Amino acid sequence: MLSQQSNVPLDDDFPRETSWRAGARAVLPLAAAIAVLGVSFGALATAAGLAPAAAVVMSATTFAGSAQFAAVSILGAGGGPAAAVAAAGLLNARYAATGLAVAPALRGGLWRRFLVAQLTVDESWAVAYLGDGHFSEQRLVGAGLVLFAVHVGSTAVGAIAGDLVGDPRAWGLDAAFPALFLVLASPHLRRPDGRITAALGAAIALAMTPFVPAGIPTLVAAAASLVGARSR
Amino acid sequence: MTREWMVVGLAGALTMAIKAAGPCALGSRELPPALSRILRLLAPALFGALIATQTFTREQRLTVDARLGGFVIAATGAYLRAPTLLIVVAAAAATAALRALT
Repeated sequence: MLSQQSNVPLDDDFPRETSWRAGARAVLPLAAAIAVLGVSFGALATAAGLAPAAAVVMSATTFAGSAQFAAVSILGAGGGPAAAVAAAGLLNARYAATGLAVAPALRGGLWRRFLVAQLTVDESWAVAYLGDGHFSEQRLVGAGLVLFAVHVGSTAVGAIAGDLVGDPRAWGLDAAFPALFLVLASPHLRRPDGRITAALGAAIALAMTPFVPAGIPTLVAAAASLVGARSR
Repeated sequence: MTREWMVVGLAGALTMAIKAAGPCALGSRELPPALSRILRLLAPALFGALIATQTFTREQRLTVDARLGGFVIAATGAYLRAPTLLIVVAAAAATAALRALT
């Protein structure tokens, strides 16, 4: 294991320590922001008609804030269950690609890989990244378990406490998430191909936003990686 | 009740299948380098899209609002390698303050 990892060429901007503890430590600074999101989701989901238990089960199974908010907001606005599920599926479709990317790093049998794959979310995936296309399973598990516990626990608090949170926008919470993504993207942004790809992804998503339903611009923007891969 | 549980169940099952597809179908095989490069660049592509849409759009409209303040603070903090929690809290606080003032 160790000798294999020492052969991996590591970038200075990416982490070197590959224990699950290092993964857990790396996402701890995000715990407060994740918890606020979870509490908001619990509160908004119950306001939209979900039972508190349903909100908690959704955080444990869908386990992706943006998809959960999308599905619940559609239900709350009177949309059908099919539209709500499709929105969640589209917003989470990127995890097919992230799952594929981490697949070579996952060990063990089918059942074990299935469970570890469930811990893949944007933040744990970014924290597990070692640079040069390689991932650390230990960092993924450490980060994923912390995020899972905080996300599910805070959803329960929000679902029960309900109205206490009020309007998440009044707390500037809607700006906390792009800020978080900016931090997570910064190792990529320090490389020229990463910068080109991110700028192109942003441009594609903004250009498409007025014309297609929410979530789809982000999916189409994934195509920027094909262009970025051709750059030097 | 049943309608909401149906959405929770289907969205959860769909997400779990999506996440497991790669690791369970692909196993531990190495990917070709060209594909690895594309997969590596998926992250900046999606992050760029998420940052842009969550900062400059609201309900399918392009817009510039208080979130721009948070974005500028976050970009500066990330460039200076400030602690993550400080960046996130400062960006949220700046946006909340701008929103309260305007």
